[in-house]
Amino acid sequence: MENLNLVLPEIFISLSIMFLLVLGVFKKNSSKITFNLSLFAILITAIITINETFSVSRETLFNESVVIDSMSSLMKIITLIGGFLVLIISSSYLKTFKIYNIEYPVLILSSILGMMVMISSNDLIVFYMGLELQSLALYVLATYNRDQLKSSEAGLKYFVLSALSSGLLLYGCSLVYGFSGSTNFDVISNQLNSNDYVLTFGIVFILVGLAFKISAVPFHMWAPDVYEGSPTTVTLFFTMVPKIAALTVFIRFLYVPFLNLIDQWQMIIIFLSIASMVFGAVAAIGQTNIKRLIAYSSIGHIGYTLAGLATASNEGIQSSIIYISIYVVMNLALFSCLLMLRRKDHYYEDIEDLSGLSKNHPLLSFCLLVILFSLAGIPPLAGFFAKFYVFKAVLEQSMFFLAIVGLLSTVVAAFYYLRIIKIIYFDKENDKYDTDHSLWLKFSLTVSTILILLYFIFPSQLIEVVSRINII
Amino acid sequence: MNFPILSSLILLPTVGALFLFFTKDKEGNNVTAKYVALFTTIVNFLISIYLWISFDQSTSNFQFVEDRTWIEGFINYKVGVDGISILFIILTTFITPLCIISVNNSVKNRLRDFLIAILIMESFMIGVFCALDLVVFYLFFEAGLIPMFLIIGIWGGPKRVYSAFKFFLYTLLGSVLMLVAIISIYWIAGTTDVIQLYELGIDSKYQNLLWLAFFSSFAVKTPMWPVHTWLPDAHVEAPTAGSVLLAAILLKMAGYGFIRFSLGLFPVASEVFTPLIYTLSVIAIIFTSFIALMQEDMKKLIAYSSVAHMGFVTLGIFTLQQQGIEGSIIQMISHGLVSAALFLCVGVVYDRMHSRMINSYGGIVTIIPKYSILFMLFTLAALGLPGTSGFIGEFLILMGAFKDNFLVAVIASLGVILGAAYMLWLYKRVVFGKLVNEDLKKMFDLNRSEYLILSCLAVPTLFFGFYPDPLINTIEVSVTDLINMHNTNIASK
Repeated sequence: MENLNLVLPEIFISLSIMFLLVLGVFKKNSSKITFNLSLFAILITAIITINETFSVSRETLFNESVVIDSMSSLMKIITLIGGFLVLIISSSYLKTFKIYNIEYPVLILSSILGMMVMISSNDLIVFYMGLELQSLALYVLATYNRDQLKSSEAGLKYFVLSALSSGLLLYGCSLVYGFSGSTNFDVISNQLNSNDYVLTFGIVFILVGLAFKISAVPFHMWAPDVYEGSPTTVTLFFTMVPKIAALTVFIRFLYVPFLNLIDQWQMIIIFLSIASMVFGAVAAIGQTNIKRLIAYSSIGHIGYTLAGLATASNEGIQSSIIYISIYVVMNLALFSCLLMLRRKDHYYEDIEDLSGLSKNHPLLSFCLLVILFSLAGIPPLAGFFAKFYVFKAVLEQSMFFLAIVGLLSTVVAAFYYLRIIKIIYFDKENDKYDTDHSLWLKFSLTVSTILILLYFIFPSQLIEVVSRINII
Repeated sequence: MNFPILSSLILLPTVGALFLFFTKDKEGNNVTAKYVALFTTIVNFLISIYLWISFDQSTSNFQFVEDRTWIEGFINYKVGVDGISILFIILTTFITPLCIISVNNSVKNRLRDFLIAILIMESFMIGVFCALDLVVFYLFFEAGLIPMFLIIGIWGGPKRVYSAFKFFLYTLLGSVLMLVAIISIYWIAGTTDVIQLYELGIDSKYQNLLWLAFFSSFAVKTPMWPVHTWLPDAHVEAPTAGSVLLAAILLKMAGYGFIRFSLGLFPVASEVFTPLIYTLSVIAIIFTSFIALMQEDMKKLIAYSSVAHMGFVTLGIFTLQQQGIEGSIIQMISHGLVSAALFLCVGVVYDRMHSRMINSYGGIVTIIPKYSILFMLFTLAALGLPGTSGFIGEFLILMGAFKDNFLVAVIASLGVILGAAYMLWLYKRVVFGKLVNEDLKKMFDLNRSEYLILSCLAVPTLFFGFYPDPLINTIEVSVTDLINMHNTNIASK
């Protein structure tokens, strides 16, 4: 008998989704209670995850198709926390657009479930199932503000391109299956060797599909449009949560089934990383819409995360995970600020709308200052340490070119972050924005800013948690 | 464990800034905010004086060392001072209160935020001079960009945005290569602790590249020709207090870095690249002196003179002679005092006439005599007249240079003449001559706070000019030890 306790979080969250759907059908005006219950469900799931799986070093279930190890439990917890925070700060935004419905939390929960399955997958089929579950939920979320043209456009675009990438991914999976005779990661790992050139195609297809999901250059085209068109809270969700899951899967693929083929994929990852870092930095300079700018900046940040993966060392993987965790916090803070730019039911999204913000809203501007300098990677803020760990791992492998290109692109990236700071602090002021924000929004902004600002006092804790992850 | 005096020096200004951050920003509160900031910085100054008194001059070991684990198994938070760094710390704590007194006239809006920026800046600057771990050093070195960017950008002149961006991006571009070098040192030597690195030494086959990476950062910050172009822009646009901090302290970080890291960690490479430094320094001294002669804007002229003076400093450091290095340190301290004073002098007339152009002044000696006397004193100190601190520095540097390379020393000596030319010509055009503008008659002489600031700067300038022993005694043992270490490293290669 399998130890089902290990998948209790997944089981619990599936049951909650079904229950919430039924509740929504039978009870009128149940949006509020659904929201609260889903928050509660995420919380419980997180607690179960910590309780049941955090101390597990490595266990497999269901014919080794599901793996529970320290990476999966840590990433699940980050995913859950991310989902929780998105839900918690969404409500006032959704109410403004009159889309405060029960479907929203249910969709978020389902995509989280999909991600949790992805994170734990040790088998091509389980992985694909999780991927599709999360993707389908995300398509709907992107179009969630269905009365707006842009939102529908975003959803459709995302759907078409994502379906294409899923197709590539599946084709790659079938090639890999053909060569190894199994869908199980561990078996594939033992069967594969680098002599088959067709196999390289399989790996490339899989990597392309995954690169699309994390929007690495050159498979990033969808990101700016989708980020701009989707409702802001959904954009926040896009920039944080699916990336965590996709990154985990990336790590899992590279270091379990393809471990023996490092020579084949390392160049690809280095290329993706450099292209993303450089392109993300350069393309963001010309943007005028904050959400588009965040899209490009997130492409750049994914580049740094990939730089850690390209090292083929445990330290590199750990640094990538640290990077993505810190990035999640910075993103949350940035979007909390964005959600505060509101005047009478209208949310502002252009960079120019920030003009002279520091006159009327000194505290909000200070938070933005901290967040933007941190995103630019200036010490002593958290963003610097994220980059520092990555480059430490990169330089350990003597990959000087990657490190220097990466650091030079931080200088380019610093330019557009500085431009926003300039607009906030040096330019003429606009009218005041409303200040009656929900308590949760203020809370998330305050906490995340403090975390960014004071991370340098206790940098060891995060490293300690992450250092338990030893994939290789 | 003793009282962590260095950490409290670093932290105290931040605490003051936090205090200001949580007070309400009302117009009436500005005075209180200023007193809080002033009080904090003066206390800090007194602590640093206490530090100097209890500093043991007979040893070159690092003193008041604090060593705490910061990132497990990787970086320790390690600070300490030796004879070289202690002077820079005192310079910092001495200049900052003067900056705060001077803000009265130059900063009109958001005074509280300005003071917060200055205080945070002070913390970072002291941190740079105490840090005994490369990563900690880098952290403070880079972090200083944030407040300075804001100081130039928010309170600066008309072209402030351009200048602030140029300052930030230039410096950042230089520094990222240093970060690569620091991490590489960690993987090569297994530690980033400066004291341990001094003992271990770094394999000479890596030294050249590492030296160049550090050089890229320090050269921008110094600033050396040809990457000096950010400095005139930043100086011209920054508010007076910002220019003072920039000239007096920020530029010294690089000179300090050259001595502490480039010489100390990469002796072989320093030897290799000495001709490069000589060339760039000599170009800086001669070329920027000529540029300074051509300037119409007073602040720009002083900015270019800073580049020339820093040229002397880099020249002195890489003579690798006792006199040269001692001279460089004294020149840096002296330049810290004198350039600060000169920027304040420009600030004084700018506050009254709102013009920095030289041709809008002339013949003001009869209108504001007290000002003219003090301005005269600092002009003479800037050109290195015997009896001022500027002389001691330049003299020692040239002495070291003559020992090492005759040609370079001769060319550099020409720079002294050029320096005298542009400074005296500036003084002549501004203070003497015909009264060019009737409005100038409305100018009033120095008020109490200006008088106080300028005399505070005049006293050490003269005192150390006549009696430099306290400075030389403090640095002597450390410099001797540095040179001995350098020579043994070269010999053992």
